[in-house]
Order: sequence, then C-alpha cells, then structure tokens
Amino acid sequence: MNVQRSVGATRYVGQRTARKEDGRLLVGRGQFTDDVRLPGMLHVTYVRSAVARGRIVSIDTEAAREMPGVHAIYTQADLAALPVQMLSFFFAPIEAPVTLLADGRVACVGEPVAMVIAESRAQAEDAASLVEVTIEEEAPLVTIADARTGPLVHPGRDDNVAAEMGDEDALDAIQPLIDGAAHVVTQTVHHQRIAQSPMECRACVASPDGTGEMTVWMGCQSPHLAARYLSLALGLPAESIRVIAKDVGGGFGLKNIPWREEVAVVVAARLFGRPLKWIEDRFEALTASSHAREQEATLTAGFDAEGRLTAGWCDYACNNGAWPMGEDANIAVHMFMWPAYKLPAYGFITRGWYTNTMGLGAYRGPWAMETLLRETLLDKAARRLGISPVEIRRRNLVYLSDQPHTSTLGVEVNDITPGECLEKLVANVDIAGFRKEQKEARRQGRYLGLGFAAYIEPTGAAGTMAPMTGETAQLRIEPTGKVTAMLSTHSQGHGTATTMAQVIAEQLGVLYEDVSVFEGDSAIGAFGPGAAGSRQGVIAGGATWRASQLLAEKVKVVAAHLSNAGPDAVTISGGMVHVEGAPEMSRSLKEIAEIAYGEPGRLPEGMASGLEAQFRYQPPPVTMTSAAHCCMVEVDAETGFVKILRWISSEDCGTVINPGVVEGQIAGGLAQAIGQVLLEEMPYDARGNPLAATFKDYLMPAISDVPDFEYIHANTPAQTIGGMRGVGEGGAIIGPPTLVNAIADALSPFCEIEELTLPLTPARILDVIEQRDVSGTRDRANRDEAARARDEMAEAPPLASEVSAQGPQASIDGDWNMTLKAPMGGQSFLAHFEADGAELSGYLSAPDGRQDFSGGTFENGRMQFMVKVDNPMKVTLKYDLQAGADTITGKCKMGMFGTAKVTAVRV
Amino acid sequence: MSEHRIELTVNGRPHSARVEARMSLGEFLREELGYTGTHLACEHGVCGACTVSVDGVAMRSCLMLAVQADGADVGTVEGLAAADGTLHPVQQALRDNFGLQCGFCTPGIAITLTTVLTDNPRASEAEMEAAMSGHVCRCTGYQGIRRAIRQLAGHGAGEAA
Ligand code: FES
Ligand code: FES
Repeated sequence: MNVQRSVGATRYVGQRTARKEDGRLLVGRGQFTDDVRLPGMLHVTYVRSAVARGRIVSIDTEAAREMPGVHAIYTQADLAALPVQMLSFFFAPIEAPVTLLADGRVACVGEPVAMVIAESRAQAEDAASLVEVTIEEEAPLVTIADARTGPLVHPGRDDNVAAEMGDEDALDAIQPLIDGAAHVVTQTVHHQRIAQSPMECRACVASPDGTGEMTVWMGCQSPHLAARYLSLALGLPAESIRVIAKDVGGGFGLKNIPWREEVAVVVAARLFGRPLKWIEDRFEALTASSHAREQEATLTAGFDAEGRLTAGWCDYACNNGAWPMGEDANIAVHMFMWPAYKLPAYGFITRGWYTNTMGLGAYRGPWAMETLLRETLLDKAARRLGISPVEIRRRNLVYLSDQPHTSTLGVEVNDITPGECLEKLVANVDIAGFRKEQKEARRQGRYLGLGFAAYIEPTGAAGTMAPMTGETAQLRIEPTGKVTAMLSTHSQGHGTATTMAQVIAEQLGVLYEDVSVFEGDSAIGAFGPGAAGSRQGVIAGGATWRASQLLAEKVKVVAAHLSNAGPDAVTISGGMVHVEGAPEMSRSLKEIAEIAYGEPGRLPEGMASGLEAQFRYQPPPVTMTSAAHCCMVEVDAETGFVKILRWISSEDCGTVINPGVVEGQIAGGLAQAIGQVLLEEMPYDARGNPLAATFKDYLMPAISDVPDFEYIHANTPAQTIGGMRGVGEGGAIIGPPTLVNAIADALSPFCEIEELTLPLTPARILDVIEQRDVSGTRDRANRDEAARARDEMAEAPPLASEVSAQGPQASIDGDWNMTLKAPMGGQSFLAHFEADGAELSGYLSAPDGRQDFSGGTFENGRMQFMVKVDNPMKVTLKYDLQAGADTITGKCKMGMFGTAKVTAVRV
Repeated sequence: MSEHRIELTVNGRPHSARVEARMSLGEFLREELGYTGTHLACEHGVCGACTVSVDGVAMRSCLMLAVQADGADVGTVEGLAAADGTLHPVQQALRDNFGLQCGFCTPGIAITLTTVLTDNPRASEAEMEAAMSGHVCRCTGYQGIRRAIRQLAGHGAGEAA
C-alpha cells in the first residue's frame, strides 16, 4: 500500500476502519424514504401508458374516483396549475417537450399519464387500474435505426437527432491516414439497454409546510442538488425547499436528478396541500425508470507495421428514448477515448437519437463505451498483428515519462499511470504460467482465456459545469470535546461518513469514535452534487482534510496561549493536547473546548469564541484515476457458459482513505460490469414494450456470478489536498472490456468475435464457436434491415421544412442580447452587428472577454459569420442566423461540440 | 375486502391486529407494526431483501400473507442484536468485512445467514454461499458478504479495524 501519510498523527487514513453507517443499517434502523411517515400522509400511484406512441383520446377517471380511499386523480391538465420546467443534470432545459404527466400524446410505454392519490398504496393501485386511457396508437420507433428513418418522435422538431457533436467532414482528413496504415482494425459494439436497478426503487415523500416551505424526502444522490433542481424547476426560492435523504438504497446515476414522478409528487403535494408519498415498485423501476447505455458504435483505427496507432475514427450513436434526463450525444466517450494513448489523429461523429422508448439516464461511468471500444479493439489488433495484448499497450500507452501529454482533442494529462498500473499488474501475474496452462487445456478441449484492459477516468470534476462544484466541510469541536462534522456529502452506500471521519480523526488528532458526521440533508453543509462523477473522496475529502487542519491550528493557538508556549510546540493526539517539553500542561480537548466556549476571556485577544472551522475546497478542474485489470475465464465450448476464474485489479486512486471502502467501490462496479457483459438486458419488442419486467427476466448478477477480486494498489497521490483520486465508477468502466477480452482470447482458436453484441449470452458465444447464428442475432438484424427497407419505400420520412424569412430585409445594426443553448447549459452575451450591404461584422462580448469578427454575410435576413474561440478549447463557431425585426434565431455550429440553438433580442 | 384477526410474536413480542387478507407479511410488518428494517425491493420473490424468519425458517415476506403468519413466531433484523446492543455474529461478520454498502439488501441477507446457522451452527462456507444465491445485492459485488461467510464458517478473521 502506498498511502500518503501526514506526520505524527494517529493512523486512520489508509486503515480498514469499520463503517459508521453500519451501526444503524445492520440493525434495521436506517431511514430510507419509505420509512418516513407523516400525519395526514396520502399515497400516490401512477397510471402509465401501455402504448408506445400515440394521441391520447380520453382519460376516464370516473370509476376510479368512486373507489374507497381515493382522494384525487390528477392529469397533466391539473398539474399544469403549477408551471414546471424540467432540467437536465446540467440545469439546462430539457429540449424534448417533457411534462410531468403525458400532455396530449404518449411517447413511450410506461410514461405517466395520470396520478391517483389515496389513503393507502394498495387503494391507489386498485383505483389506478380502473383509470381508462384511450390512445390512438401509432407505429413506434424503437431502435436507433428506426429513429434514423422514421417519423418524428416529437412533432415540431427538425428531426429525431436529440443531440449531435463531432464533424463528419473531419473524416476527409482522417480517412487517408487510416487508408495508409499498415493495419486497419475495426470494432463494432452493440451495447444493450441497461436498467440501473438500485435495490431501493425510486421514492419520494413531499410535505407542503405552509405557504412558502416544503420538506421533501427523496431517494437521491445529493439532497443539495435535488433541492436546487426543484427550486429551479418550480421557480421557488431555494431556501423554501429542504430535501432529506438520510439513507438511500443505491443510485448509480439513476437518482442524479429528480425526474417526472418525483417532481410530480412535489407539485401535487403543493396543489393538494397534504403530505404525499410515492414508492416505485420493481415493475415500474425496470420498465419506467430512466434506462441507460443502449449504444451502437464503430471504432476504426490504423496501426503502423509495429503496432503503433496512427489514426482513429469513431461513429457513435446512443438511444435517448423519448424523454431523456438531458439530451445526450455522449461527447465524453470521444474526449476520454485517447488521452492515455499516443494517437496522432482522431475524429468522430456522435449522435443521440429520440425513439419511443423509456428515456436515457445516467449509469455508473456513462461514457464507459470509450474504454470498451478501444480496449477490445486493441486486443483484436494484437491478435491480428501477432503480438501480446500487453505489448500492444506498451507500444501505445502514455507512461509518466511521456507526460505532460495532450490528446488530439486537446485533453492534457500530466499524472496518469495506466502504463505503470499495467506494469505492476504484469509483474504480479504469472502470464507465462497461464499461457502454458491455456495451451495444455486446449489440448483437452477446455478453453481458457486471459483478458487485459487499461483506462483512465476523469474524476472529481469541479468548476466546468453548473452542478459540478467544490464541496464544503463545516467542523466544530463541541464543548464536550467531541467533534461534529456537517458535510455536503451523500452516501448511497459510499460510506462517506466513515471516510470523512477517518480524515478528521487523523488530521485533527482525535479518536474516530469521537467524530460524528451529519450529511444527507440540504439544510446541512453547503451545495455539493453528492455522488456524481466519482468526486466525493476527492473533493469532500480535500475539504474535510483542510477544515480539520484549520481547526487543529485554532486549538493549537488556544492551547499555546493558555500554556504560554508557541503554537508549534503544541500537538494533538487521541483527543489530548500536549505541549512539547511540558507534560504537565497536557489538557484534554474537552478542557480546551470548555474554555473556548465558556470562558472566552481566556482566549487570545480578538479570537472568536468556540472551536469551529469551515473550508470549501475548489480542486483542480479534474483529477485523473488510472487502472489496469486482467481476468481469466474458462468458456465451455459445449454450452457457451463463461466461468470467471480470477480477476486482478491494479489501480491508482491516489491516497486511499479506507481500502475496505475503495475495494468495495471497485468490486461493486466490476459486478455490474459482469452483469453487463454476461447477463443484463432490457429488450424492447417491435411495438415498444419493454420486455424485462421482473428480476426473473432482468438478470442481476448473483453471488455465484462474481469471483473473488484481487487488488494491487498502485497509488500515486494526486495534486489535490489529501491526494485522493475518484474510484466510484472505474470498475464499471474497465470491467466490461477486461471480461470481453478474456472471452475473446478463450474463443480465439475458433474465431474472432466479429461484432460485439452484449450481453454475451451462452447462445451468442456459441455463434462464435459453431460459426452459425445460434442466438438468432444475425437473423433479427437482417429482418430489421428488410423491414426498414420496406418502410422506407412505403413512405418517405417527413423532412423538416426550412424556415425562410421573406419580405424586406430589416436592419440589424446595433446591440442584441444573445443566448446560446448548448447541451451543457446556456450562455448569454451581448452581440453587436454592423451590416455594410451584404457584408457583416461586429463583436460578441461577455464578462470574460470580447471577440470581434468580420467577413460575415447578410443576405435576405440570413446572417452567416464565424468567430474563433480559444477558451476552454480552440474551436471555430459558425453562426447561421435568421434576422427578424426584433428577434434573431438560428444555430451555431461549435466544431466537435455540436450545434447550439441561438436566439437574440434587441437591447 | 375481508379483514382477519391475527396474533403473532415478532422478535419475541406479542402482537395482535386486524389485517386485510391480501396484505403481505412484509407490508404488515412495516406498515402496521413499524418494523421498517424489513425492506421490499422487488415484491415478487426474487431479490431476498424482504426475508424474515417465520418459526425459524427464512421466508420472503413479500410472498407470504400476513394472515398466514397467524400464530407464528416471526424474526426480523431488529431482533438479531442482543438486548445490550451486542451485534449478532452474522451482523458482526458483515460489519467486519464491509459486507454492506447502501444496506438495503442487508436485513434479508442477515436473516438468511442467521437461519442457516441456527439450523446448523457448523454450516459450511458452501452451504451459506448456496443460501446467498437467493439474494441480490447491487452494491457490493458480494465480496464482503463472501468474506463474512468465511468468518462465520471459522475461516479467516474480519478485515475491518
Ligand atoms: S422483496 Fe421479497 S423477494 Fe424481493
Ligand atoms: S448493500 Fe446496497 S444492495 Fe446490497
């Protein structure tokens, strides 16, 4: 273990300290949302659409209203009394016209159509089953392929592209490089749809407390973020909403933000004026909670004769469903595909597509596809070139000695260690021994495989996106001498109360048992987005680390003053304060605290009474985590079953506060990875019905599916306070390619897995072994292809009608307030235009600078011009706008960052 | 709706109540008696989170009706620790080995392992692991649960300090 130690203090950081949370969770005294009951509380159930797409003809609630215990039945018409703007995780408005309940049309099965409020959940469910929703059904778009050619999912939009980034034209420059390569390797991945499936389904209790206040208990990943989201979505003052989430049974990205059902409960509670509770059931959780992953992507890479990467191109698409929790083309896949590898040229096109399926939500490592595509492609290439998977990585990885290194997309890395992790892994695993065993086994008709993968992960992001901020730690030593911490953290199993208490105990010099951590309440601490993007250990850890040091400094100054010594002579350990060379002056923290609170006259001149400290940590914008994993499998050639024999993780997550917690995070992610590769899938039928409606259909990994993981901690402290790097998502990112590569290695005597379709069910593995379509995957694809061709001939897709302004051209000279609506949030600035005939010039001015432009054109009201930007990255913005008398609308193409909508009004 | 009167003990305490025939034992324990330590995670008998002991046998309380527990001796997670707060060896083993993260699946797992060990205090690792196959945990990857089982089987000590 290579853990950064501070000098002289009792060792807590780096210890497998037993968790604080377990004290209540093990005895059944946790407080999950369903454990909350309030006087006068009623229960909510949703009536959901059984149809994937169509117009709502009628909603008949009459029979349901007559049922015992029913208090109200709401439809969107009722909830609309309180206007709501649904937002993405980035607090940007959702572009699809999403309402809390369906508004005139339904766009996916499971969409909430009406809400029943009754005295018990059972009564609400009884009544819900009697609400009659008549829908004029239309043929749904289910797959990404459907979305490309089918009618519009959201009438009124230009097309079914929910989000787009990258530049198709860039292929012109990349293609010759690929064509000229000694070897060209292509990897196509069809990634199945995943149901995140935290064990606690979504849940919300909303209590309207008078005219201006509201208390909400919610299964979320950050009460602070949930409160801020609700206040923005509902347009209420932030201080009027308090969100409490003491215990949450897993989140994994699904509970990043409140979604339609939770927000509807809050709105309905305000309208109805009584506390309401909604507890999702598993059927809803599987079929009507946001889903994740479903992606189709092809990565092509060129290699020189020695196996060094020369160029890469990726075409990526993901299914956004009808109502994504933020339209997403997953730019992160491309940003983080290559910074750890020396690849001279890379380009991509990436799109998110609307379909009539449940919307896209986040799931542990939402950009994980980059590691899966790249690492499986590298193994394919190694087999093609006849070199080992370790060797191909050695020739291409960015080692510490190669850094700082800037990727072709401009991501700079200066302390990543995927190569070093790989070397440590190789040094600890007997590869030669395994290869011998593998050869031997093959002779006996047993197929063993060894797979490797390496990756880096941006963790602890802060300061570049609206919700990704720093974290605050507020500490105080109570008059009792015990420590209370008020933190912005949130645990859905992360054990933040434990790890933060370890940091405090060590940095402050107190006993772990004497530290109480309060979190999980938006009234505690300050804003922080909680568990999102592997960040709490990094940022809250750093905040707690420094706040503890600040508090220790105050104690030392007080003790020094009381003992007539210098603060440097004071040490704190085990809750005792010692003065060097004067053992008789030792006092307990309690004594010092009693003086600090009760006898402020004895404190140094001008010092505030009490013993409190607060620190808000703003870390570097991102902190990189690296890892290399390998696993060994046996594939049964008769049945196609995969048995995982060993799995070894070599990871660099900086300072490890608690190895038990860190390994728990890695293991949880790896188990999910195993589920993703071998078991889990949320399929849809052609009518848009989600088919895995129970845990009998949606196969969650069980204890027998998961091996014992082995860990090599190869840690180098980060450049953050405390040196922690994030570790929450890594297992779920590096796990899938590690396992796929091991299976592919085992299958190599038979054939290459040409296209990777997940999950690799036994039938799909037999496809490779027997070289025929055992699973029916190819047959289905062919049938879909044929059906699409028929559809296309039958009806041409409606095209977006070009809006063209006619009539006399109005003058645009002068100042305009312009707004750019980009996928990761809006931006407003002042635009100044001057038209000289058809020539357009001017400038755009924001608080952080002004960009002038000239050489634009202005014809028939159409304004076209380009602006070059250097910050945060070099990109040329291409504006194409249409001017009216007092408004301008149009688009701005932002290079690989896609297209933003632009509106402007006259100043 | 038909209501029935039932009498049962939960963790050794007697309770009597009128319950609807269709109410599950899990819902009854949580909603009527306040034993919210029992968690409902799938309500269709697959995940094991709702497991309680009924006359010493591990049962899925989402699949059993409250009326079926009339006269039974029910055990929930709240009843595992000793009166002085000392954790049951199963709870202690889970704690010693990071056997839980969010803790939502944990009460059912603790009850199942307890019933296995009550039936056979010398239950083997394999027997306990087989009993675990009826439980789903989304957080831990089962690593700490498996280590806890080893500790309970007398192999290996817990790793938490
Ligand atoms: S809740 Fe009973 S088995 Fe899942
Ligand atoms: S600890 Fe979260 S589901 Fe098991």
